[in-house]
Amino acid sequence: MKKVLLLAVFALASAVTYAGGYRVSLQGNKALAMGHTGVAVVNSSESVFFNPAALVYLEDKFSISAGVHGVFSNIAYQDAETGANARTDSPVGTPLYLYASYQATDWLAFGLGVYTPYGSSVEYEDDWAGSHLLNNIDLQAIYIQPTVSFKINDKLSFGGGPIYVTGSVNFNRNLNRTLTDLDGNRANVTIDASGVSSWGWVASTMVNLTDDLHIGATYRSEIILDAEDGTAEFENIPNSPLTPFENTSIKASLPMPAEMTVGMSYDFCESWTFAFDYNRTFWDVYNSLDIDFANEAIPDSKNARNYKNSSVYRFGMQYDATKMFTLRAGYYFDESPVREGYFAPETPRNDSNNFTAGLTVNLGEHLQIDASFLYSHFKEVDASYNYYFENGVAVPFKGTYKTNAFVPGLGLTYKL
Amino acid sequence: MKNILKYTFAVLAVGFVSCEPEFDSPVTDDGFYSSGTANLSKYVSVGNSLTAGYADGALYITGQKNSYPNIMAEQFAFVGGGEFNQPLMNDNMGGLLLGGTQITENRFVLAVDANGNPGPVRLEGTPTTDISNKLSGSFNNMGVPGAKSFHLVAPGYGNVAGVPTGAANPYFARFASSESATVIGDAAAQNPTFFSLWIGNNDILSYATSGGAGVDQTGNFDPSTYGGNDITDPNVFASVYSQQVDALTASGAKGVLVNIPEVTSIPYFTTVPTNAIPLDAATAAQLNAQFAAYNTQILPGLAAMGVITPEEAALRMINFSAGQNFPIMTDDDLTDLTTILQGAPFSLPPQLAVLLGQLRQVKSDDLIVLTASSVLGTTPDPNNPQGVIGVSIPLTDQYVLAVSEQARITAASTAYNATIQALAGAKGLAFVDAKAALARVANGGVVYDGGVLTSQFVTGGAFSLDGVHPTPRGYAYTANLIIQAINDTYDATIPKVHIGNYATITVTNN
Repeated sequence: MKKVLLLAVFALASAVTYAGGYRVSLQGNKALAMGHTGVAVVNSSESVFFNPAALVYLEDKFSISAGVHGVFSNIAYQDAETGANARTDSPVGTPLYLYASYQATDWLAFGLGVYTPYGSSVEYEDDWAGSHLLNNIDLQAIYIQPTVSFKINDKLSFGGGPIYVTGSVNFNRNLNRTLTDLDGNRANVTIDASGVSSWGWVASTMVNLTDDLHIGATYRSEIILDAEDGTAEFENIPNSPLTPFENTSIKASLPMPAEMTVGMSYDFCESWTFAFDYNRTFWDVYNSLDIDFANEAIPDSKNARNYKNSSVYRFGMQYDATKMFTLRAGYYFDESPVREGYFAPETPRNDSNNFTAGLTVNLGEHLQIDASFLYSHFKEVDASYNYYFENGVAVPFKGTYKTNAFVPGLGLTYKL
Repeated sequence: MKNILKYTFAVLAVGFVSCEPEFDSPVTDDGFYSSGTANLSKYVSVGNSLTAGYADGALYITGQKNSYPNIMAEQFAFVGGGEFNQPLMNDNMGGLLLGGTQITENRFVLAVDANGNPGPVRLEGTPTTDISNKLSGSFNNMGVPGAKSFHLVAPGYGNVAGVPTGAANPYFARFASSESATVIGDAAAQNPTFFSLWIGNNDILSYATSGGAGVDQTGNFDPSTYGGNDITDPNVFASVYSQQVDALTASGAKGVLVNIPEVTSIPYFTTVPTNAIPLDAATAAQLNAQFAAYNTQILPGLAAMGVITPEEAALRMINFSAGQNFPIMTDDDLTDLTTILQGAPFSLPPQLAVLLGQLRQVKSDDLIVLTASSVLGTTPDPNNPQGVIGVSIPLTDQYVLAVSEQARITAASTAYNATIQALAGAKGLAFVDAKAALARVANGGVVYDGGVLTSQFVTGGAFSLDGVHPTPRGYAYTANLIIQAINDTYDATIPKVHIGNYATITVTNN
């Protein structure tokens, strides 16, 4: 078990993005296939993430689910005014998850989850038109969450637990639109902070109104990753007292916003389940990305974000087709937290329509294979980031963005 | 079952990598932009240092990459433009070697001195571009630094053997197709479908930067007799310019002609103020006392004798006051009084007669050149603290472009520009009024995304550290002007660039 966990943590190091902002909604193949619903679904140990209170209603003594998603996301940019254009060549993300639950008594269950709800990996070609805002970014946050779940009675249960987060961020951008060394190589900075950790918590409840109708609510707290000893590495800086950029340490904070989920599920016609989840992500904590350089000669970097709280509306269906196959499908509408004029190339996300499908194959009594697929559709959008300044003058970076993503996933569930 | 899933996953994975998002109308699609009635598949640019991408007193690689023809060619690529080859230098130092000996200086960079003051200095180091290493192939950018209008049609201008004597050009020697080749011949031989021609600047500029040290050759139709700092006769200009346009349009190419800006638009002539000499009241009074006899007796006497006009007498009066003062200078357009002053009734000693021979004070409408900043107010003889240039030692004529000299430049450039505009009209070519555009930069500036482009030296953004040639941002501004003219004339929609994306001066300490 320890070995499996260790392996999972290492593999998670290549975590990636998906959804509004840098929220990555890929926390289980079964749930994702149903539009990433699950706050009111009693299905598997994926509930460690979706609703710890549901764990106590699982029928199995022991259940473990693990899986991986392959994130193929692409961003295209163009500016019709100048003809400037760019495409990301982001690495394929492979976020993993691992959940285990153990039914200790009739009324008490324990669980453990390792998952990556926040992250981003975007790579533009170096020195592209928006390189003064971003060349590339790799943001990872691994959540480790021990969980307890207990029921008051068959109608009501509670769950929750602490969350330990360890995260890292690495990003590179050019210092401005024009500074170069003597040979014309663009001056740039790489900010790196790793091993940044913090604590948070999750609490949830489940109410079984009838045998078929469930409602659930989960609140996951805000967690702010404070990097105290990150590094800033400057490259291609001219040899001049006018450009006093030297490698130094930095301080920066990156918030993992709180998220509230409420939802319901309804079983009908023997083998059908309908689920609806509503997520509210409290992005307004992400006001500005500020980098405080330890070297006082280097002006601090302020990058206005001014995100707004955003909602996701999720719908899912499940059909137990045969003893062997369970089929799932879903849809969700993901509202972007990015306000007009704050559209930065690190998370160029407008509202998206998302379509999901998947199935579970039962291989005997104990083992299931879970597969899912997500297609995210973003409309082409004309947008700009208006808060980049040169010598006190705002220089908007504008253009047309078109984004898409394809996310196949595969997982295993083992239960006793 | 497991295997099927595994393979399905693998196949899907390959599929998604190629599932790129597509715009409804991508800028990279044929037809998004249009070249109109122009064919930009083979673009050749012809001109001088401005066309070559010369900046900071030298030609170097990053400057060439930001030449206006190269910026234009990058935008032409959206409308069928082909490859654009430039005779790139070997490094970013900028100096030239001939057989291992350095023959031109390295570029300027902005360095900060020990007192924390930034200023232009020559970049130290040994350059690696030896002009005896001939480049092979043909080059779309036929910009040759230093070329005057008549040089473009002169055979042998690229003969390396002629470089030491000044008969040939070191930059053209690197890529001329043969020793007897002409610039215009090598350009036309590439069969351009489109060309730009910007020539004639040096026909007045070298006269201007030398403070009018050359001769106005108006009336002399034989350019082989001209000195390097002379003004080219407008008829000579008209004749060679029309030959060049004929050669470039011979195979039906369309193109764009660019006119000649005013020298008063460039910081080389506008940075050093005419009243650069600060004096206190006591020193001013002391100086005025020394010139009292000159002002009140000698000058009126000469005017009464009819040796000089009353106007010249007035012009030659020397007067200092507390505050900022105009330096004294020698003006070779004044009557030379050296001999007369030594005779009766003045009988001045020879040394004083020489000093007063063509002496006057700089006037507010004269222009002092940038290089005067390193001599004005200095004491060349360390043993004589009284010998201050501009106060007791006249500024020599090479540092001042006098009003009379400016008038010659204006007359010549006005004639050149009339020729250029008339030919553009007659041939149906696009025309760029660079004179008006540069005047806008010099008078108030041009707003862009990130500031205002002005001709302020060092900080204005438009001009490099030599005070004459543009920065990459200045060249990008030029490229946009030319693209606009092409779009207007040929019904094209070639996209412009954001000039804020182009650099200005380079800072570095040696």
